[in-house]
Amino acid sequence: MPNDTLTSDGGALAAQASPPSQPRGVATSRSLFDREILLEATVASLKKLDPRVQFRNPVMFVVLVGTVVTFLESIAHPGLFDWSITVWLLLTVIFANFAEAMAEGRGKAQADALRRMRSETEARQLLDDGSERRVLAGALQKGDLVVCEAGDLIPSDGEITDGIASIDESAITGESAPVIRESGGDRSAVTGGTKVLSDRIVVRITAERGHTFLDRMIQLVEGANRKKTPNEIALTILLAALTIIFLPVVVVLQPFGHYSGATVSVVVLVALLVCLIPTTIGALLSAIGIAGMDRLVQRNVLAMSGRAVEAAGDTQTLLLDKTGTITLGNRMASEFLPVAGHDEEQLAEAAQLASLADETPEGRSIVVLAKNRFNFRERDLGSEHAFVPFSALTRMSGLDVDGRKLRKGAAEAVKLWVAAEGGRTPGDLDSIVERVSRAGSTPLVVADGATVLGVIELKDVVKQGIRERFNEMRALGIRTVMITGDNPLTAAAIASEAGVDDFLAEATPEAKLALIRQEQEDGKLVAMTGDGTNDAPALAQADVGVAMNSGTTAAKEAGNMVDLDSNPTKLLDIVEIGKQLLITRGALTTFSIANDVAKYFAIIPALFAATYHQLGAVDVMRLHSPTSAVLSAVIFNALVIIALIPLALRGVKFRPMSATQLLRRNVWIYGIGGLVVPFVFIKLIDLFLTAVRWY
Amino acid sequence: MSLTWTLVLLVAALAIAWRFLGSYMAAVFEGRVQFLGFLERPIYRLAGLDRTREQTWQRYGTSLVVYSGVAILVVYGMIRLQGSLPLDPQHFGAVSPALSWNTAVSFVTNTNWQNYSGESTMSYLSQMGALAVQQFVSASVGIAVAIALVRGFSRNGSPTIGNFWVDIVRCTFYVLVPIAIAFSIVFIAQGAVQTFAGAAQVHDVMNGARQSIPRGPIASMEVIKQLGTNGGGALNANGAAPQENPTGLTNFLSFFLLLVIPFALTYTFGKMVGSIRQGIALVAAMVLLFGVWFGFTSWAESRGNPAVAAAGVRYQPGGNMEGKEVRFGVAQSVLYDVASTQTSTGSVDGSNDSYTPIGGMGLLTGMMLGEVTPGGAGSGLYTILLFALIAVFLGGLMVGRTPEYLGKKIQAREVKLAALGALVMPLVVLVTTGVAVSLPAGRAGPLNKGPHGFTEILYALTSQTNNNGSAFAGLSGNTAFYNVIGGVDMLLGRFAIIVPVLALAGVLAAKQPVPSSAGTFKTDTPLFSGLVVGVIIIIGALTFFPALALGPIVEQLVHGKFF
Repeated sequence: MPNDTLTSDGGALAAQASPPSQPRGVATSRSLFDREILLEATVASLKKLDPRVQFRNPVMFVVLVGTVVTFLESIAHPGLFDWSITVWLLLTVIFANFAEAMAEGRGKAQADALRRMRSETEARQLLDDGSERRVLAGALQKGDLVVCEAGDLIPSDGEITDGIASIDESAITGESAPVIRESGGDRSAVTGGTKVLSDRIVVRITAERGHTFLDRMIQLVEGANRKKTPNEIALTILLAALTIIFLPVVVVLQPFGHYSGATVSVVVLVALLVCLIPTTIGALLSAIGIAGMDRLVQRNVLAMSGRAVEAAGDTQTLLLDKTGTITLGNRMASEFLPVAGHDEEQLAEAAQLASLADETPEGRSIVVLAKNRFNFRERDLGSEHAFVPFSALTRMSGLDVDGRKLRKGAAEAVKLWVAAEGGRTPGDLDSIVERVSRAGSTPLVVADGATVLGVIELKDVVKQGIRERFNEMRALGIRTVMITGDNPLTAAAIASEAGVDDFLAEATPEAKLALIRQEQEDGKLVAMTGDGTNDAPALAQADVGVAMNSGTTAAKEAGNMVDLDSNPTKLLDIVEIGKQLLITRGALTTFSIANDVAKYFAIIPALFAATYHQLGAVDVMRLHSPTSAVLSAVIFNALVIIALIPLALRGVKFRPMSATQLLRRNVWIYGIGGLVVPFVFIKLIDLFLTAVRWY
Repeated sequence: MSLTWTLVLLVAALAIAWRFLGSYMAAVFEGRVQFLGFLERPIYRLAGLDRTREQTWQRYGTSLVVYSGVAILVVYGMIRLQGSLPLDPQHFGAVSPALSWNTAVSFVTNTNWQNYSGESTMSYLSQMGALAVQQFVSASVGIAVAIALVRGFSRNGSPTIGNFWVDIVRCTFYVLVPIAIAFSIVFIAQGAVQTFAGAAQVHDVMNGARQSIPRGPIASMEVIKQLGTNGGGALNANGAAPQENPTGLTNFLSFFLLLVIPFALTYTFGKMVGSIRQGIALVAAMVLLFGVWFGFTSWAESRGNPAVAAAGVRYQPGGNMEGKEVRFGVAQSVLYDVASTQTSTGSVDGSNDSYTPIGGMGLLTGMMLGEVTPGGAGSGLYTILLFALIAVFLGGLMVGRTPEYLGKKIQAREVKLAALGALVMPLVVLVTTGVAVSLPAGRAGPLNKGPHGFTEILYALTSQTNNNGSAFAGLSGNTAFYNVIGGVDMLLGRFAIIVPVLALAGVLAAKQPVPSSAGTFKTDTPLFSGLVVGVIIIIGALTFFPALALGPIVEQLVHGKFF
C-alpha cells in the first residue's frame, strides 16, 4: 500500500499489528447497555409481537401460539397459576424480541450518526461550456461533473478527473490525518460526505442517488437488507426440526395421560412444550448474527453481507500483501556498509548529503540514521549547490555541492554512472549488494563522483507482533501466503522473518488471481485484501475480499468488505470475528438443548402428580409443589434469554487454539454447563416462589 | 460357559470379524471381489442389467422402492395362497389378509415382527420361499443403502451413488449366502432341526400325554435370522426353542451372528472413506452405548423382581428368572435380548414381558435410541451416520467453522435430510402409540392394565417402527387394528428413513471436499465418539422420557424404589 497520508509517519500509524484498532469513525463506541438503546429496544420488543414478524422465527412463533392458548385457558378457568404461566410465556416472546431489538438498536444508533452526515449540501456543477451552476447535491446525476474547493463537502461519490487535493475523510474512517487524492491512478476515488481541505478538484459523480457508499453503509449497519446466512438457515432448519418433534411429544401426553387415568392440564402441556423447544437459541439466533456484523463495524469494517462474515470464519488461506500488512510499508535505512577501504563515517556523510532533498520516507530515514550514528547536524550548504531529483530514467538522486557530485541509487544505475565519470567499481561492491539483497533488504549504492563509497542497506521492517499473529492463525489451521512484487530472494527472507507459511514473489495481478483459483480448486476458502483497480478481479474471486477504503471504487465494488481504516492487518481480526460468530451459535444451541434435561425433571413429575404421586421420585430437585415446579421451569426458560443477551451480543470469548481444544472447552462449558445450570437455577426460583407464596 | 468367558470370546471373535469381514465387504462393494462372477453374470444378463451403469440417488431410491413394493406383493400372495401351493404338510391353509399384510411388510422391511406362531401358521414353502428369501434380501437392501451413503462421503463430485440391483445381488451372494451356509451346517451339526417332515407326534410317558413337536426347515432360517438382523424364527419361542437354538455353542454363535455385520460395517465405512479411525470413532460410540445398556439391564434383572420382593420373598437367587431361558440363565438371556433389541434383530431368548419394569425399559430404550448400537444390518450404520451429522453440525459450529464431515460441508440441505431421517422414528412411534391408546381397538390389545399395559403397546409400536421385531408379549397383536397400524409403522420406519438417507447420499456425493487442516473439527477422536453418544442419548431421552415415565418408570416406582 503506497503511503498516501500527508504525515510522513502515516505508515507507522497503521502499523501496530496485534492490538485491534480502537473504535472510531462509524464505530461510535457505546456500552452494551446504553440507556438510549435499551429504551428503544424495549419499545421495539413490544412492536415485534406482530404475528407476521414472529412467523419468521418458527421457534418463537410456537411460543406465541402457546401463549394465546394459555391466555384463553386462563380466561376460561381463571387462577393464579394459569395467569402466571401466560404472563411468563408472553415475557419469553418479549425477551426474544428484546434481544433482537438490542442488536438492531446498536446498528440504528450508528446509522443515525451516518445519516446526519448526509445533510443536503449544495454542489457546484460544472457544465459543458465551462460555466458553473449551483445545484442541490441530491439532484446530481451519474456522470455529472462538480467542482470542489477547500472547505467544500464532496456532494457524492465520484472520481477526480482533474486536480489534486487533501481531503479529510474522518467522517467515515475516523482517521484524522488528511489523505491526498488526485486524478488518474489508484487514488482518484472520493466519497460523498468527506471534506476538501486544500486545492481545487473536479469530480465526476459515479453513484446514483441513494446508492452512494454512505447510503450503503447506512443500510448495512441498520441491517435493512439482512438476509439469513447459509449457516443460519441450516441451524434454523435444525431448530425447526426439534420444534416439530417436540410438538407430538407433548401432544400425545394428552392421550397417554388419559389412558393412564390422568387428567393433563393444557396449560402445563403448553408450558412443557415451550420449555422443550429450543427457545434460548431460537430467541438469540438473529441477535447473534446482527451482533457479529456489528462487531465488524466496531472495528471499522463494513461487510456487504453476513455470508461474507461466515466465509471469513471458514477461511483456510489468507493472501496478505507484504507492504502494509506484514511490513511497515516503508523501507528504512538500517546500515551503512562501506567498500574499498572507505570508512563508515565518510559513507554516512555522503549519504546524508545526497538524501537531504529526498522527501521520501526512505530518504528521510537515511538522514536520520546518519544523524543518530555520527551526530551529523543539518548543514548549511552554502549557495553553490543543486539538488538532483530522482527520475525513473536515471534511478538515482543526489546533490551537487562544492564541486562534489554525490549520488545514491540502484546498484546498476550507480555503477553505470561511476563508469561514465571515469571511475571503477570496487571489487567487494557486488558481493555486499548481493548479501543485502539476499537478506531481504534493498541496497542503495552511494558514490562521490567517480568513487564508490559504499552501500546503504534499506530494510523492510516487519511489523511487531505479526509473527505471533501468524502462529495463532496456524493453530487455527489457516495458511498465510505473502504476496509481494519483490524478487523471490527478498521475498523468501521476509517470509521467513515474518513467519508466513508461503509466499508469492514477483506477483502480478494475474498470478494473484491464478493462486486464488488454484486454492479454491482444492476446496479452500481464500481471503485477501486489496486496494488497486488491478486487484479487483482477485478481490471478486476471493471468498472474502477486503477492499481498503483508500482504494479505488473498482476495488471496493469487487470486494465484499471494506476496511475504513485501510489497515490490511485487520484481515486477521475479520477471520476471528467470523469464527466467533459460528462458535457463539453452536455454543448457545448446545446449551439450549442440554437445558431440556433439567426441565423434564421438573415438569414430568408435576404433570402426573395427581395420578402417580410415585413419579415424585424423579424430581431430584425436590421442588415445592407441582405448580411451583412448572412455573419455576417456565421462569427459568424466560430469564435465561435475558441472561444470555450480553453473551450473544459480545460473542463467546475466542481463543486461538486447535479445533479439538476449542471443542473440548466449549463442550464442557456449554454442554455440561447447560446440563447443570438449570438444575441450580430452577431450584433457586422455586425457593423464591415458595418464600413469596407465589404458587 | 460363564458370562465372563462368553464376553471375552465374543469380543475377540467380533474384533477379528470386524477387521476382516469389514475389509471384505468394502472389497465387495467396490467391485474388487469377482470370484462368484459365474453366479452373478447370469442374473444380470437375465434381468437385462448393465452392471457398470450407475444410478443417481433418485434412480437408486426408485429401484429400491419398486423392488420392495413388488416383494411385499409376492410375499403377501404366497402366504395368502399357501394352501394351494406345495410343501404345506400340515395343511394350515391361507393366512388372513390383515395378518398377511403385516407379515409381508414385516419381512420385507427387515423387521420380522410376527403376529403369528410359525409352527401353526406358515407352510414350509412360505417359511423358505417367502420369508427366508426376504431375510436375505431385506438385509442386503439395508446394507446397500448404508453403502450408498458411505459412497456419498467417499466420492467427490459424483452424480451417482452406485447401482441398487448390483449392490443387493453382490451383498446377497458374496456376503450373506456364504456365511449362512457355513454356519447353518454348524447349527445342524449341533442339532438344529432341518426337515420337510411335519410335526413329530410323541407320547410323553412320564406325564401320560401326547405331544406335538414342531419341525421343518428350521436351521436354514436360523442363521440368516441372526446374520441379517431379521429376528423372525420358524417357531414362536424363537431362540428359546431347542429346535432353533439347541446348545450353548449355538447360543454363543447367535450372539456373534447378530452383531457381526452391523459392527463390521463400521470398518467397511472407514475403509471406503480412507480412514479406519473414522470407523473406529463410530464403533466406539456403538460399543459404549451397548455396554452401558447391557450393564444396566443385567443389573436390573439380577436384582430380582420388585413385585416378587414386595410380596415378601426376600431372596431371589439368580435374579429375576421369570420368563428367562432356563438353559442359559439370566446373564446369557439378557445378553441375547439386549443384543437382539439393539441390532434391530428382534429374536428373543426369553419373555421380555416378564423382565422387571426397568429391565424391560433397558430393552425398550435400546430400540428407542434409533437402532444404532450397532443397529440393523446396514440400517445401524446409516442411522448412526445421521446422528453423527447432527453431532458434527453442533460440534463443528463450536470450533468456528461451517461444519464439515469427512470433508463434506454440512449445510442446510444436509441438516434438513439428517434431521428428517433421525426424527421420523420418534414421531411415528409417539403418534401411533397415541392413536392406539385412544381407540377402543387399540386399548383392547394389552393383557395388562395400567403402566404395564401402556408399556406393552409402546413396546410393540417401538419395535415395529424400528424394524426390530422383538415382541414384548402381552399384547394381542393379531387383530385387524394392530396388524394394519403395525404395517404402517414398519413401512414408515424403514422407508421414511431410507429415502432421506439416499437423498443425503446423492447430495454428499455431488459435493467437492474441503481439505482438512488444524482448524477442522476432527471426527476420529474419542471426543467425537462422546459427542455422537451425547446426541443419540439426548434425542432419545428428550423424545421418549414422558412416555417412559408413564410406562416402566412409574411401574417400577409403584413397586418400590428405582435404585
